[in-house]
Amino acid sequence: MSLVGARVLRKEDPRLLSGTGTFVDDLSPARCAFAMFVGSSEAHARITHIDVRAALKMEGVLGVWTAADFVDYPDLPGGLDGLERPALARNIVRFVGEPVAVVVAEDRYLAADAAAAVDIGYESLPVSTTIDEACADGAELLFPRRGSNVITIVPMLDDLERDLERADQRAHLRIVNQRCAAVPIEAMACLADWKPDGLTMWATFQAPHHLRNYLASWLDIAQSQCRVIAPDVGGGFGSKIVWYPELFIAPVLSKQLRRPVKFSQTRSEAMVQMAHGRDQVHDLDVGFDRDGTIKALRFVISQNLGAYPDPTGLGLAVLTSWMAAGCYKIPKVSTSFRTVVTNTTPVAAYRGAGRPEAAFSIERIVDLVAQRTGLDPAEVRRRNFIPPSAFPYETHNEPVVYDSGDFPAALAECLRLMRYDERRAEQAARRNDPTAPLLGIGLSCWLEIAGFGPNGSLEGFGHLASWESAQVRIQPDGSAIVFVGSSPHGQGHETTFAQIASDELGISFDRIHLRFGDTATVLQGIGTMGSRGVPTSGSAVKMTSARVLARAKKIAAHLLEASEHDLEVADDAFFVRGTPGKNVSWGDVAWASFQPLRLPPELQAGSLEEHLYQESPNFSYPSGAYGCVVEIDRDTGEVSIVDMVLVDDCGTVINPLLAEGQVHGGVAQGIAQALFESVRYTPDTGQPVTASLLDYLVPTAADLPDYTAGRITTLCPNNPLGAKGIGESGAVGAPAAVVNAVVDALAPFGVEHLDMPISPEAVWRIIQETR
Amino acid sequence: MSELERYVDIALTVNGRRSRASVDARTLLVHHLREHERLTGTHIGCDTSNCGACTVLIDGQSAKSCTVLAVQADGSAVTTIEGLSGPYDGFTAVQEGFRQCHGLQCGYCTPGMVMAATSLLVEHPDPTADEIRLGIEGNMCRCTGYQMIVESVRWAVEHPEPASDDQVKRTA
Repeated sequence: MSLVGARVLRKEDPRLLSGTGTFVDDLSPARCAFAMFVGSSEAHARITHIDVRAALKMEGVLGVWTAADFVDYPDLPGGLDGLERPALARNIVRFVGEPVAVVVAEDRYLAADAAAAVDIGYESLPVSTTIDEACADGAELLFPRRGSNVITIVPMLDDLERDLERADQRAHLRIVNQRCAAVPIEAMACLADWKPDGLTMWATFQAPHHLRNYLASWLDIAQSQCRVIAPDVGGGFGSKIVWYPELFIAPVLSKQLRRPVKFSQTRSEAMVQMAHGRDQVHDLDVGFDRDGTIKALRFVISQNLGAYPDPTGLGLAVLTSWMAAGCYKIPKVSTSFRTVVTNTTPVAAYRGAGRPEAAFSIERIVDLVAQRTGLDPAEVRRRNFIPPSAFPYETHNEPVVYDSGDFPAALAECLRLMRYDERRAEQAARRNDPTAPLLGIGLSCWLEIAGFGPNGSLEGFGHLASWESAQVRIQPDGSAIVFVGSSPHGQGHETTFAQIASDELGISFDRIHLRFGDTATVLQGIGTMGSRGVPTSGSAVKMTSARVLARAKKIAAHLLEASEHDLEVADDAFFVRGTPGKNVSWGDVAWASFQPLRLPPELQAGSLEEHLYQESPNFSYPSGAYGCVVEIDRDTGEVSIVDMVLVDDCGTVINPLLAEGQVHGGVAQGIAQALFESVRYTPDTGQPVTASLLDYLVPTAADLPDYTAGRITTLCPNNPLGAKGIGESGAVGAPAAVVNAVVDALAPFGVEHLDMPISPEAVWRIIQETR
Repeated sequence: MSELERYVDIALTVNGRRSRASVDARTLLVHHLREHERLTGTHIGCDTSNCGACTVLIDGQSAKSCTVLAVQADGSAVTTIEGLSGPYDGFTAVQEGFRQCHGLQCGYCTPGMVMAATSLLVEHPDPTADEIRLGIEGNMCRCTGYQMIVESVRWAVEHPEPASDDQVKRTA
């Protein structure tokens, strides 16, 4: 019986449910000291003085460090020429929270006391927090050597003005995709333990090998003496693949103090120091005919990078431009982008990273076309879909070739599950009843690029490579340890990858255990991001397991004196086909595999260990159709989601329970972006006004609806599992479904677009103004 | 403040075991539990009492242990995730419900969520889905989108444990 596709309960859960998980801050080695960073209180300023004398005299303080103590160390990795970020701010601070000094003390309370006593003087400089401010004439330059706050510009070859003019109608829309914070419930934490024989570093991180590679280089030590361990990781969503200065400084502190040094960020620190996501502005022009056919799309992207360009942050707009046309066959698509530095927290990957921004805009555009033509939004989508027969489908951007999909089928399933026609009839009836809450119906037929990736794709973001590794080690009793290079933070690798290995090896699920997240024991690895876990890492497990099984069959055949071609494997044993009595257990085969005298001549002891680095010929393209029904209270403007239908196509599903969980979590973050969350700064001083969970509205159970999940399946041809990835889907698809529903409800008031997050106040004002 | 005033002797019952300590008066209960008692199952996710990752039971009532000083808990019985015990391979129905219904992903908010749900079911043994959502609204989860957490708690409602108060382990 195949385990792939089964709703298997997770191996991770007993540990996590009993409080016996190991997160970084749970570790407390002997003589462990605690580091607390002093963040800038200014968004843009010259540092005039730093006085650490008072702090140094305080109880339990082991030392205070500033940029002056790090002159022998390079700037943080990944910086572009003229945009380098020092580990601690040097002369200039560029965003509130930028670490300026670090205190180490005997415990976190004493460290906090001393951090508060570090006296830093600032001379304020003019502040830009938005793209418009940073690009205005006379704007203060963050990096004067660059000569501009605009860091990269990719112009369009053809502005499509003629095509836009030639269409029956044209429309313009400016969309602000607001800045969000990932807010993993575990903030950043690391524990550095530098001993004479090398460094061991525990860090809550999505890509421990990636960190190891850069950390060793930065510290000028061999990678072989730099061990990075990502133990249980309390969520990431993209925010834990970033070169935070704390990760580089902590080992130096440990080395100098000859003690383990731990850093565990408070939430207030995390809200300003962990990378943010999104923060794009789109200027969109669409040309379309009266029948709703879209003829041309001009998609101009501006990306707010924050104060220091992150390698991923720089790439976000590339991904957005690639996915600009979504699942539609648009004859002419032209994109351009620019990236801009501002006096805000750096922007990097956040669940979907550039793709939610694209999906939101194209799905808003399609609704605008429906509104302008008077056609049903579902019909406009159908008239523009790439047909199922058109795959592989070459898009307006050369590297982007959609693998497979069935957009009409996904939409049809979504409409069925949400009882679309019934809802439309109900909506019409309610519009004539001023006492009934307003009803809005929104669709989002989204598509994203995932399964990173083909050779060269992740290298562009500073990674070593784009493959993922797996190693299968059969133990002498016939159980298996599977090592994978991708390190999870909630995805359930221990379960899904054991399902894949169990099917391939014929070893029972309970006798397969996963190991990951430790550079000393796992081969090389890339990481868990970009919806690549199952398509890339899972495929590595499948192919490695298949190689091990082929060898095991040779041994079993030798022991049974049968032909390996006549063997079948199931339930921890090898059988001769047609002669079920003739069998040998996996345990016997495994035991023999370590005993040269019992092996066939072509095999050696230990031959049931195998590893490989799984490459992908191309990306995968998860897609889906989401439907949202909202009710709006006419008196308060409150938006309530009454139905949220999620039809996903992620190709092969390994575990439907976990796949559904991934979609739910992503959708929750998507709804949060649509209705609640926004990182905000004061305009002139760049002070964050959402620097705690009191001000930044992470939704609770009472704020979110039930979800109705549906599924269609088209296989991905680019990996042996046929899987497309699922981690980011919900966050890509949900925002447009919600906003389209709210705009649909308010269409009778003349509304064509609302920027996120849509607050009750904004809705209430629209209703009031037209009363 | 003199050293005498700064350090305070407290006596707690933690997961059924008596424990005495001299604590810095400003120590939060959550730090006392994690760093002195070495019960690291209780987590910290914010500094404004919003996230609930640090939820424990104090004398049977759920409380965010980041809002309580260790000295304020003097004389109380504190139950953490490590102190739960039940018939499902050692798990309570609430813990088992989370396992059955995929009510957790990264697991960081989970101990606090389980403690909040445990407390909710003591007060409301048969809550509706909406009542569960309101009952756990002091606890944030960033992974699950909450629906499976609601289903997890309903699973516990539908699988009542034999009537007894041994949900909280009473070890000597």
